Amino acid sequence: MEYQAFLIKYGEIAVKGKNRHVFEDTLLSQIQNALKRVEGEFHVSKESGRMYVEAEGRYDYDELMDALTKVFGIVGICPMVRLADDGFDKLAEAVVAYVNEAYKEKNFTFKVNGRRARKNYPMTSMELAAALGEKLLESFPKLRVDVHEPQVNLNVEIRSHINVYSTEVPGPGGMPVGTAGKAMLLLSGGIDSPVAGYMIAKRGVRLEATYFHAPPYTSERAKEKVVDLARIVARYSGPIRLHVVNFTEIQLAIYEKCPHDQLTIIMRRYMMLIAEHFAKASNCLGLITGESIGQVASQTMPSLLVTNEVCTLPVYRPLIGFDKQEIVDISNRIDAFETSILPFEDCCTIFVAKHPVTKPNLKSIKKSETHLAEVIDEMMRRAIETTEDLVVEAD
Amino acid sequence: MEVYFDNAATTRCEKRAAELMQRILLEDYGNPSSLHKKGMEAEAHMKTAASQLARILKVAEKELIFTSGGTESNNLALIGTALANRRAGKHIITTAIEHASVYNPLIFLEEQGFEVTYLPVDHAGVLSLEALEQAVRDDTILVSMMHVNNEIGTIEPVEQAAELIHEKNPGTLIHVDAIQSFGKLRIYPRRMGIDLLSASGHKIHGPKGVGFLYVKERTKIKPFIYGGGQQKNMRSGTENVAGVAALGAAAETIYESFDEKIACLYELRAYFAKKLQALEGVTLNGASGEKSAPHIVSAAFAGIRAEVLLHALEGRGIYVSTGSACSSNHPAISGTLRAIGVKRELLDATVRFSMSVESTREEADYVIGQLAELLPQLRRFRRR
Repeated sequence: MEYQAFLIKYGEIAVKGKNRHVFEDTLLSQIQNALKRVEGEFHVSKESGRMYVEAEGRYDYDELMDALTKVFGIVGICPMVRLADDGFDKLAEAVVAYVNEAYKEKNFTFKVNGRRARKNYPMTSMELAAALGEKLLESFPKLRVDVHEPQVNLNVEIRSHINVYSTEVPGPGGMPVGTAGKAMLLLSGGIDSPVAGYMIAKRGVRLEATYFHAPPYTSERAKEKVVDLARIVARYSGPIRLHVVNFTEIQLAIYEKCPHDQLTIIMRRYMMLIAEHFAKASNCLGLITGESIGQVASQTMPSLLVTNEVCTLPVYRPLIGFDKQEIVDISNRIDAFETSILPFEDCCTIFVAKHPVTKPNLKSIKKSETHLAEVIDEMMRRAIETTEDLVVEAD
Repeated sequence: MEVYFDNAATTRCEKRAAELMQRILLEDYGNPSSLHKKGMEAEAHMKTAASQLARILKVAEKELIFTSGGTESNNLALIGTALANRRAGKHIITTAIEHASVYNPLIFLEEQGFEVTYLPVDHAGVLSLEALEQAVRDDTILVSMMHVNNEIGTIEPVEQAAELIHEKNPGTLIHVDAIQSFGKLRIYPRRMGIDLLSASGHKIHGPKGVGFLYVKERTKIKPFIYGGGQQKNMRSGTENVAGVAALGAAAETIYESFDEKIACLYELRAYFAKKLQALEGVTLNGASGEKSAPHIVSAAFAGIRAEVLLHALEGRGIYVSTGSACSSNHPAISGTLRAIGVKRELLDATVRFSMSVESTREEADYVIGQLAELLPQLRRFRRR
């Protein structure tokens, strides 16, 4: 079937009271941004509480849907057949043809919803619905009308032209990116952090990200992988400013001067500090991590407490109550999984203790950190100064 | 300073070959099968390349099939001869140190009902001729062995092996993977008793995506790419004219004043190996002197992970591979290193340096200097 237009359904943002137009305008511009990557000409419009995407000329349906289903704030997308108003008989013919093509088995219950945006149309909505229903029953004897719980809702919308639609492709939900503020994602090459970024972006939050690079212990390819992951998240969140911090010097200092079983915790505290520095510098309102309680030694509740202690900004942990498999499922859904599992970081293992602490004690961690007192300020300054600043956009 | 010591992975295309390739792509771009003049120009380039290679190998032009590279050549040699000779027998012999492009087609053939014997090698990586002699049977249709090992550089006794095999079973075909030896050693398939021989363009300063398979006249072999019947039905598909011509040119260049060039390379290898061995905690793998190819030095660095060393060297402009370029993309540890009995803790600590005729003593000195600085630094931070 050829669809000429799409009705965009947005649930949550419709209830936002006086701010409603801000949310709608953001959604509209996010849809426009997403359509820039789709071949063809599209027109996005907002009309009496509804949003439409109209295709002008040829386009690829799958490509368009792929773009629209990545725009947060969209709850559903209804592909519509658009007709000129050539009188009732022509309309009835077109509606029958639509049903014929849209449904293989014509033995469902249905209801016709008439909707008159143009009030000078010669029939009322009720009359129109009844007349079209009758024509459909005549053409397809196995159809049955059910006005309470129909299997198919056939919508006929009278405007300057006429829209016919009955199917809905689910959107990603959430809020349009740009309606909530900005946050700093601690992005590693793993499975969890891209998912965490995706989930926070889904609530309308713009993203920046910080990655800790440790050459020669992590390779250029590992860094490329992180850029690739940021690119995948950017399909949903829009462009991500990525800070690539050279962390080797700090890591080696911790390695030499602190107890080995505390290494990961101490490292994470400095990572948080550096990420927070960049977060504040670019007006982020929080940090985002992919932590989930108990997943590894550094993510037990005592470990999270100790890591969290260095931060003054709130740390958002959207995966905190998720099992690994649930995270993997989302990772797969957003197409990040295959990139996440590329094995590039294996040369970093010297920094992982065989038996890391699972119940770190804040006092003892702070005491260990005093061994770094002489060097750490200078090292942090250098790490921040030499940080590479990239802007990653979806391809 | 930038030092490219990864020439066993690939080489820089030499100027003459690159220029010829460009000219063909831009000017003599005809299809060799076309009947007009443009087609004939293209065909002439193919013929020139075949004649250049035939002269170097002392074989007939018609005995060469051009392919997309070493991997395709090895696949065609193994699968093509196995399928064509399966009525004579289903037994194939190879060694424990073959490249994936030999090893994996053989696994495919095992799935098709062929039986494969994998022969052991000694600590230097040399095939045991006694084991080979014992392994050859009446139903052995093919023996496939490499000429030079890609990970450690050891030269295999191909000629003696061929003699032994043919004494025991004159019908057995011998395939040699010469991808690392072509352009480094003199190779005469007929004199050496070789029936099939694979080589690749980009290991000899030619382009990637082109190689050849020598197939001795009257050898039974079945193609596995079907189409328009190019290259006497053996390899359908419009010929990679520019690539083939550049391969011919690169081969001609490398075999010019060959003995002097290779003597220099051997000298450089010996110089580098000696300095390398003088560093603390370094063990060399494979054979030394003329028992090794002139371009490969495999060294284990006790207490250092090869990949970390690789990236540290990269930071100083030096490009090398871990154990093997092909196995370094996935965590599987080198089959060759294990087969020659490298100690477990050194498997993951082995780096391959591979030079070319363009390499210099200054480059070798620079690498040694950087290693001398890096090794103690990296050893300070070993896994506790």
